[in-house]
Amino acid sequence: MMDFIAIPVLDSAIRLSTPLLLACLAGLFSERAGVYDIGLEGKMLMAAFFSAAVAAVTGSAWLGLLAGIAASMVLAAIHGVAAITFRGNQLISGVAINFLAAGLSLLIAQHWFQQGGRTPSLIGGGRFAPIDLPLAQTLAPVPVIGPIYSDLLSGHSALAYLAFLAVPASWWVLYRTRFGLRLRAVGENPAAVDTAGVSVVGLRFAAVMICGILCGVAGAYLATALQAGFVKDMTAGRGYIALAALIFAKWRPWQAMWACLLFGYLQAVALWYQKIDIWGLVIPVQAIDALPYVLTVVILAGFVGKAIPPRAGGEPYVKER
Amino acid sequence: MTGISPPAIELRGISKAFGPVQANKDISIQVRPGTIHGIIGENGAGKSTLMSILYGFYKADKGDIFINGRKTEIHDSQAAIAAGIGMVFQHFKLVENFTVLENVVLGAEDGRLLRPSLAKARRILADLAREYELNVDPDARIDQIGVGMQQRVEILKALYRRADILILDEPTGVLTPAEADHLFRILDNLRAEGKTIILITHKLREIMETTDTVSVMRRGEMTATVKTSETSPDELAELMVGRKVLLQIDKAPAHPGRTVLEVRGLHVRDHQGVERVKGIDLTVRAGEILGIAGVAGNGQSELLEVLGGMRSGAGTVLLNGTALALDGRGADGQARRAAGIAHVPEDRQREGLIMEFHAWENVAFGYHHDPAYQRGLLMDNAALIRDTEAKMKKFDVRPPAPALAARNFSGGNQQKIVVAREIERNPDLLLVGQPTRGVDIGAIEFIHKQIVALRDQGAAILLVSVELDEILSLSDRIAVMFDGRIMGERLPDQTDEQELGLLMAGVSGEAA
Amino acid sequence: MDKMPKWADVVLIPLISLILATAISALVILGIGEDPVAAVKIMVSGALGSTLGWGYTLYYATNFMFTGLAVAVAFHARLFNIGGEGQAMLGGLGVAVACLYIPWPHWSLALIGAGTLAALFGAAWAAIPAWLQARRGSHIVITTIMFNFIAASVLNYLVVDIMRPKGARDTATARFPDSVHLPTLHELLAPIGVPFSKAGPANVSLLVAVAACLLIWLLIWRSRLGYEIRAYGHSETGALYAGISPVRITMITMLISGGLAGMMAINNVMGEAERLVLNATEEAGFIGIAVALMGRSHPLGVFLAAILFGFLYQGGAELALMTQIPSELIVVIQALVILFTGALDNMVRMPIEKLFVTLGRMRA
Repeated sequence: MMDFIAIPVLDSAIRLSTPLLLACLAGLFSERAGVYDIGLEGKMLMAAFFSAAVAAVTGSAWLGLLAGIAASMVLAAIHGVAAITFRGNQLISGVAINFLAAGLSLLIAQHWFQQGGRTPSLIGGGRFAPIDLPLAQTLAPVPVIGPIYSDLLSGHSALAYLAFLAVPASWWVLYRTRFGLRLRAVGENPAAVDTAGVSVVGLRFAAVMICGILCGVAGAYLATALQAGFVKDMTAGRGYIALAALIFAKWRPWQAMWACLLFGYLQAVALWYQKIDIWGLVIPVQAIDALPYVLTVVILAGFVGKAIPPRAGGEPYVKER
Repeated sequence: MTGISPPAIELRGISKAFGPVQANKDISIQVRPGTIHGIIGENGAGKSTLMSILYGFYKADKGDIFINGRKTEIHDSQAAIAAGIGMVFQHFKLVENFTVLENVVLGAEDGRLLRPSLAKARRILADLAREYELNVDPDARIDQIGVGMQQRVEILKALYRRADILILDEPTGVLTPAEADHLFRILDNLRAEGKTIILITHKLREIMETTDTVSVMRRGEMTATVKTSETSPDELAELMVGRKVLLQIDKAPAHPGRTVLEVRGLHVRDHQGVERVKGIDLTVRAGEILGIAGVAGNGQSELLEVLGGMRSGAGTVLLNGTALALDGRGADGQARRAAGIAHVPEDRQREGLIMEFHAWENVAFGYHHDPAYQRGLLMDNAALIRDTEAKMKKFDVRPPAPALAARNFSGGNQQKIVVAREIERNPDLLLVGQPTRGVDIGAIEFIHKQIVALRDQGAAILLVSVELDEILSLSDRIAVMFDGRIMGERLPDQTDEQELGLLMAGVSGEAA
Repeated sequence: MDKMPKWADVVLIPLISLILATAISALVILGIGEDPVAAVKIMVSGALGSTLGWGYTLYYATNFMFTGLAVAVAFHARLFNIGGEGQAMLGGLGVAVACLYIPWPHWSLALIGAGTLAALFGAAWAAIPAWLQARRGSHIVITTIMFNFIAASVLNYLVVDIMRPKGARDTATARFPDSVHLPTLHELLAPIGVPFSKAGPANVSLLVAVAACLLIWLLIWRSRLGYEIRAYGHSETGALYAGISPVRITMITMLISGGLAGMMAINNVMGEAERLVLNATEEAGFIGIAVALMGRSHPLGVFLAAILFGFLYQGGAELALMTQIPSELIVVIQALVILFTGALDNMVRMPIEKLFVTLGRMRA
């Protein structure tokens, strides 16, 4: 039993939580502004490819990150044009973006690198290196705190720390700034924002583009920090798990972090163990894989607290008299 | 004095078309500062369009706007706010899960950070409350305060933005008479402080009681602007409609027969669990029209919905002596129709019709199980189209085109389709909600006559309307609902608007 | 009056969307240094130039008819069923159970039995999200997405850990017995003297799919249930007024939708692979979304769009063989079709509506 909370498993959990958290916060900005986004997956995938490709060519993970963010923002802009400007169906737009990313990333990968849709493996500066937190070496021998600090919390990439710093930052933006007030308002009642003389379109585009940036970082993390290069379908449904986490968190930043840590932990357990044996009860690993989705359905069903989405979510804004 | 200062608002030659519909035609008015100016007109006369142009929601095709004598371009709400215009919409534009304070501040924040803005708004709100009798708890959440309070928040929003000109669009539609009186006191205070107020309404009484001047709109045109003190309700009504209005319908005295509908101790909760109908008793007999008067939102809609099978309730409802199910199976619209109830719903566009369906599909709506419309396993479209043609002819629906989608008919003709469908079923009981809302005068008369004719054939009719005129002229008996209860019953020739108004405000019949 | 004639809505707008999607795809092909005209030629000859090509095109089209109808039926009730993929996976399980564990005397009986079980499994998988939507208000798009992933895990477990024969290396069940072999188009057409390639996987399921298109047309446009489904889709309050139960319509519509998606398995699992392979659906459930959008949710439109996508998939496979263009190009085209016919519908529609309004005014 103690295995499940061993440091290596928890360390994996943090690593696997990071892209979920970034994507989840991305979705949070978009959906809090009333724009549903099931295209998190596609934006991450596109960013993963472009960050890996640029990092492979330039040898710079940071340039890769910028390229990944840019690619993700292009897809976010398409979503914005479809969902906001032309008031199209936000869900269908998201589906389209996921396919677009799945197709284009491989098409371009094959054209550029001729390696069956992969990028070359990233080496040296092409990857985000682990960062040792201050005093990690010094504290290592201390019992309990030592391993937790130097093995679990220290040694992650800059992007991982960025992801966890994004949680309080998002909270602060949403609840303590003018922009946040307006963003939350536009997701609840865009007419209120419009009649108050603030542009609904502008606010929603801003939210969608922030979503693009965060998905870009998430994708870059996958290809240039968690792994060393892009491979086909490397997001593996993480965009959807992030969506699930967002619902689980009821569209709130701190809860989003806990939900992503939980789902990341489940992924880590599935990764480390083929069969889970709890006091003789054998659980197949597929059940652990499916657990985040099952939990989300349970939350959606309202059996364990009701998840109430932003009121204007999914609805294009049409001016009314 | 007034001769010297320029008008607070002047519109010159405003025109606006939506596709082929000319919503505003060459409209010019002047509103003096520090006055209350009424704009009156029927539904669809173009009042709201005109105000939306003034508030930057629409751009006029032609014409100029002058604010305090200066030509002003208003391309969006921001520009309107900057020009000192505030608007209180008919449907409030509030964020329901925000506090009053957050709603007031939204869009008018002082800086990027929220805290200083909120603190400042709290101070200013306290001042405004003292000045104008506008007391609202700044920390209450919008979804936890009543509509009257919500309206005050809308006014506060405008004042917080330093509006000198306040436009109110049908502000009393959701208010009780007492709340409306409070609102008018507030407006008086605002006028006294030099604010200019435009009051849009279709209620003559409000115009006569509160305004200094009044403009009348009809079919997109401004037909007259007069001093309120120099006009009369009759004159305004005629200007609104274009000819003498028949305020009294030709109808023979009722000859009530057996009891058709008997309601005892009916309770209804809405989807949030709030009790909307709090134990009411009523009866409707064959050959009579029972009118339910009341301010919108006092449980009348829920009463109709329960009787029509759209909502569940608790209590006893007898139709021709047989109990109707009020919950679960057998309590739906199909069961009600089978029992002999027809229903002209309050909202024809969202309930009574499927706007995308052909007229002939809509003629089957609710009666699509009728064997006359079936052929084997499938629907008999040809029979339906024949039936529709006959009904369109009888009820003078224009154009008489069964294949046209419902949305392509005018409001009056849409309502005729619904009324034709329901009345032609020869029901024992007809439920009618707001039968003439958004319907042109000609169609109103026609529909009223059809309802009376059905009564004369011996049907029982339950009429719900927020229009007192309609209630007074159609009903054989009037029951007034307030806060989910029936405050009292009156006979139309033994009561008047004033007495009914008191009942609608919750002043109990015995006390009044 | 209507802003534009009906033919413009059902033919012109999808056509323009398709042209836009094609044009952008051509640019993509140019961008990766290939010749779009040559690519189209290869696709046409590969997919339509031989009965072998047709055999594959129609095989794919059969899949897409089922999943396209599944999405289309749900659209009529304003339900977006993204779960076709998972429902088709479960349908595959149903087919495998029927074919492996029941001895069938003849393929025709097996087809009925397996088809029924496939539809039941698919419908059952749709039933839970449907119930959650109808009774608990859980957003069906999200729940059906979640159910796709849960279905993948369930199938992974059952196929790999339970149904896979001992010692087998493939992640698949055992082969189905010969008695459940479905006749291919070659076998169907040979007796009437029409030569058709032996190798093309199109089979008798195609006829079932076409029949399904017809039945769904009757259901939606001619039956009382279809009337109720469409009425509910246009207005939920209207449905309540007319005594149409939202819960009942949501459930029935989703059961039909899930059943159709599940039925796809008679084609890919029973007709082609003749065993249940992991990931047998190959995203056909998602392609159904594009097919339904392109086909304007009308069974005839779905039929035509399914053949179009069958052509794209077979042509795309041919492209990947003959040129440097990976078959993922088709995914891009599919994405663009969904984007233009679905999400950017207004972008295409608004200028055309304006055009017709202007034309109408000129005539008046």
